[in-house]
Amino acid sequence: MAKKRKVPGLNSSSMADISFILLIFFLVTTSMDSNKGLSRRLPAPLPPDQPIEDIDIKKRNIFVVKVNSMNQLLVQGDILDIRDLKAKAKEFIKNEAEDPNLPEVVMENIEYLGDVAVTKNHVISLQNDVDTQYQTYIDVQNELIAAYNELRNEYSQNRFGRLYDELPVELQKSVQKVYPQKISEAEPKNYGGN
Amino acid sequence: MAKIRKDQQRETPEMSTSSLPDIIFMFLFFFMMITTMKEVTYKVQISPVQATELTKLENKSLVRYVYIGKPTQEWQKTFGTETRIQLGDAFADVAQLEDYIVTERSSMKEEDQNLMTVSIKADKDTRMGVVTDVKQALRRAYALRINYSAVQKTNR
Repeated sequence: MAKKRKVPGLNSSSMADISFILLIFFLVTTSMDSNKGLSRRLPAPLPPDQPIEDIDIKKRNIFVVKVNSMNQLLVQGDILDIRDLKAKAKEFIKNEAEDPNLPEVVMENIEYLGDVAVTKNHVISLQNDVDTQYQTYIDVQNELIAAYNELRNEYSQNRFGRLYDELPVELQKSVQKVYPQKISEAEPKNYGGN
Repeated sequence: MAKIRKDQQRETPEMSTSSLPDIIFMFLFFFMMITTMKEVTYKVQISPVQATELTKLENKSLVRYVYIGKPTQEWQKTFGTETRIQLGDAFADVAQLEDYIVTERSSMKEEDQNLMTVSIKADKDTRMGVVTDVKQALRRAYALRINYSAVQKTNR
């Protein structure tokens, strides 16, 4: 017959020390690394044997943003401060008044939304210099994306009384069709300066 | 009349520290949750760019990183102070980028291959010429989903 033995109580006072060691290990290895960023999609590469053809886009449909080596902006031929870029881009993409100098408005039938006036053919053309600073480039991209995001939000707010992010995925897709993101980037060139 | 007695010796009761491990464990779990092990040791200096319209990178296993910046102090002797590209743990050339992407992609599961995202982590003072070269190389490698890594802009 086995003798019944009493299990001695474990001294757990060193538990705190052990967990401290673990804590410090994680504190040291942790790097609050941002895995956030601006998501973009690059265009597919051109086949090498194919000559570069000029796609015919009406002048009113293009919104040209040029950034030079001094990080200055030239928008539609005018010098513009980066703070005004978003408003200008929104005005261009939306073209509420159907201004003949702004992109053409086409009626389109979109799922869940019915007939919507869309500036379907607009293109935002972004050209930057070889010496443009990366931060400026990101600022410009950021403002343009912000313009699209705000327009989508405004539309969702008017139509459904909710923000774009709160809509179900199918509706988000439809709203995306109302304001399709069209940012095209040109090959870098040297604009002034050295 | 009430009498205030001061002579009485009062002892502060000893504090129980038995809940200390629990508190520490709570911290521990918090840090374990938010921790992300560094992918590589940086050989280039990167001060991240700031932006507001950020999206989160969803699936970490599908993301590959390209680092662009000036070599850190210890590498400046061998590699100079010009802007350099780092792939994985080593300095690389733009010409090597295409091969790197193709190899990385072929090591992924087949259904994940076209979901691969390349995150560009570049220093904010980088000249766009370098970034454009990288982008062109990525296009040639058909790595079309890219992400410009940035941190939230704080003061506006």
